[in-house]
Amino acid sequence: MSAIVDLDGVTFAYGDTVAVRDVSLTVEAGDFLGLVGPNGSGKTTLLHLMLGLHEADEGSVELFGRPIEEFDDGGRIGYVSQKATSRGGAMPVTVRECVTMGRFAHAGRGRLSEADRAAVADAIETVGIGDLTDRLVSELSGGQKQRAYIARALASDADLLALDEPTVGVDAESRDAFYALLDDLNDEGITVILIEHDIGVVTDRADRIACINTELYHHGDTESFVESDALAEAYGTTGQVVHHHH
Amino acid sequence: MSGETPADDRERLRPDRGPRRTAELVGIGITGVVAVGMLGFLLLYWAQDLPVASELYAAFRSLGRAMDAAFGTNVFRHPIMWQSMAVGVLVGVVAPLVGSFLVHREMALIGETLAHTAFAGVAVGILLTSSTGWNGSLLLVALAVGILGALAVQWLTEHTDAYGDVPIAIMLSGSFAVGTLIISYGDGLTGVNVEGFLFGNLAVVTPEGARLMGALSLIVVAGVAMTYKQLLFITFDEQAARVAQLNVTGYNTLLVVLTAVVVVGAMQVLGVILVAAMLVVPVAAASQVARSFRETMYLGVIFGQLSVLGGFAVSIGFGLPSGGSIVVTAIAVYLASVVGSGSAATAISTHG
Repeated sequence: MSAIVDLDGVTFAYGDTVAVRDVSLTVEAGDFLGLVGPNGSGKTTLLHLMLGLHEADEGSVELFGRPIEEFDDGGRIGYVSQKATSRGGAMPVTVRECVTMGRFAHAGRGRLSEADRAAVADAIETVGIGDLTDRLVSELSGGQKQRAYIARALASDADLLALDEPTVGVDAESRDAFYALLDDLNDEGITVILIEHDIGVVTDRADRIACINTELYHHGDTESFVESDALAEAYGTTGQVVHHHH
Repeated sequence: MSGETPADDRERLRPDRGPRRTAELVGIGITGVVAVGMLGFLLLYWAQDLPVASELYAAFRSLGRAMDAAFGTNVFRHPIMWQSMAVGVLVGVVAPLVGSFLVHREMALIGETLAHTAFAGVAVGILLTSSTGWNGSLLLVALAVGILGALAVQWLTEHTDAYGDVPIAIMLSGSFAVGTLIISYGDGLTGVNVEGFLFGNLAVVTPEGARLMGALSLIVVAGVAMTYKQLLFITFDEQAARVAQLNVTGYNTLLVVLTAVVVVGAMQVLGVILVAAMLVVPVAAASQVARSFRETMYLGVIFGQLSVLGGFAVSIGFGLPSGGSIVVTAIAVYLASVVGSGSAATAISTHG
């Protein structure tokens, strides 16, 4: 197994406010990592540090075995931001146009090739929204929107999916279907990093958990997380992990 | 977050895709022919003393006289009117092209800001002309100052972490203030029609200004065509574009510089105060009815062209300023598209 993401002693502050302190963790190829923590605990910041959207004040970040500053193979990462689903409201972009963006990291300035178009069509079929290809993303339901974004990541041949609270505002049924899709993709070897506020969902799906509240409280397999006191410590309460039954 | 959309909605949309697409392509085709014709006129006008061009130019003049005879006007026989219309037609093409990205990035106010910066540029040009006897183009100075302003806006927004209103508003009013001070200082030294730059005037367009617009239009169309994919990705989802290793800062800078270029060209016929309307209104109209982003651009250009030609008709017919006529026509097109789409509620945020 090789490291997809490797953080070593990473610290990041917004001005004087430290958001992430001295975090070291490694995400291996094929992991399904759940990133949990209370609101404002630095989950999104940590994900941004992993993806190079923020630059660490201290420590080092490696992506696919390369220092983040030198990393240039953006097509390997599919990223779905929190904003992506809440914003983009009125912009008329079809599902096909959205998914095609996944090829832009490969196509450079040139025109899209037949292979590019085939990859887009495959990705749309894989996530099961083939009948929505010409619909506007802004008209889709929350669950359909998420699938469109995942298709964009698949179209880029990403081997890392980074998802920031992808199911906020998505109904329970669509959410389960969405996570089942993520499970399938993970089984096929795609590494998944998932921020999810519902700890029950994460512990059901992820095989590894990183629990953060500015500092890293736990990083390891899901069973050891459930059995540990990391959750209570991180949340400052004696929280209980809730399991959803399917 | 929206709910599931009814499946019959899709059925309703499917049948008109064929004719709709054909209508769009015809519209774009006509617009393209008109724009190329206008570029051709500018070239002929420039090269009218050369052997072959002079015959073609004479033919063009006869066409103008014939049009005047047909319409009962006294307009088309004058080359100066053609060159103003050429600038208008080219603005109708390039402003919605750039505007499609600006509007959906909620950067509509940037156009207005850059117009005010360019106005400061005109003022600087007037001062240079009056104090040094320099005989260059005011628009070239406006272009230089406009591009500097664009880079400043980009720097400000990068360092305030958002396309925030406050730095933009400061820049907008600040550059206008500087412009008025400079003009006031140099008052009476030149006979330049400042009001023409403020409100737009067909008579403000000079042959150099028209040629500059022709060249700038080619640059803008080529710039957008070459970076369409990247600009689309960044407009739709900037963070994902960054993760995909697109040079987001570079493309953002390109977008504001292209905006400055459009604004300086458009300022001649629209005026500083109204120039942002052509970046915003046709795109807002197109967004009401478009079924894809590409279609937004096509329809934006078509609506932009309708606004310019309709505005010219109003301006010439009633002897009114061109800027106001074009903008009011554009807003009429927008209202028609709102009514036509039956979705007045999904008003798009235009930030200004």
